[in-house]
Amino acid sequence: MAGRRRDLLLSMAFRSDPESLCSVRGALAPLAEKLGFSEPECRAVVLAVDEALTNVMRHAYAGRRGRPIEVSFRRIPAPGRGAKRDALEILLWDRGRKFDRAKLRGRALEDVRPGGLGLHFIREIMDAVEFRRTAGRNRLRLIKVLPAPRIPKDS
Amino acid sequence: MEISARKLGEFTIFDISGDIDLATSPELRQALLHEIQALRRPRVIVNLRAVRYMDSSGLASLIEALKASKDAGTRFVLFGMNTTVREVFHLSKLTTFFEIYDDEDEASAP
Repeated sequence: MAGRRRDLLLSMAFRSDPESLCSVRGALAPLAEKLGFSEPECRAVVLAVDEALTNVMRHAYAGRRGRPIEVSFRRIPAPGRGAKRDALEILLWDRGRKFDRAKLRGRALEDVRPGGLGLHFIREIMDAVEFRRTAGRNRLRLIKVLPAPRIPKDS
Repeated sequence: MEISARKLGEFTIFDISGDIDLATSPELRQALLHEIQALRRPRVIVNLRAVRYMDSSGLASLIEALKASKDAGTRFVLFGMNTTVREVFHLSKLTTFFEIYDDEDEASAP
């Protein structure tokens, strides 16, 4: 399957409008299913991406609409797993404010904010979460290792 | 997302359906807080059975309603947690803060 490594599976460019979240979820759900994730895993991956986009809209763009967001989905060799496993790599780009990690950390009931809970969800669901600021853009990289390929019974 | 409210004596039951996300959660939050803070209903019950999707903004709306209910002396009760909603609550580890029942009969019992 070496030829399939680093395959771009889906790329989307849209604006920071909460109404667009439904469309992204609708596009991602069948993709996650096709990659072999179980139903709960598919729902979790969709939730993680939705939360990441929600954070971009709420925090990076402070609720302003019409700002650019890009997201891409690739199949890559799973980091640290040698050649044995593949992973879904999700990259989200925005041109908003730099991530304020301290602001996104709290999640006690007394101080619950959607952003804090959202980041908690993302970290629970994904195998790796990386923030980077490059040339005025935020990049969030999410990695979810794909299920082990099933070996056909007759092989 | 669609919200409909039923008034049964001292109870208000909200039937929620569809997706609760950043686009729709403000409407849910407003409906719940109005019933709790403005109308001071003794019990506010939320039926989540027909919710197809819920993210942290939806959960945050429920948490805000829960906190408001404690201040107002309202019992804030949830029922009809389907698999999708249950998974989100489980991830949040906040399930124990809520009063949750399987069905409407239990949620509206004295």
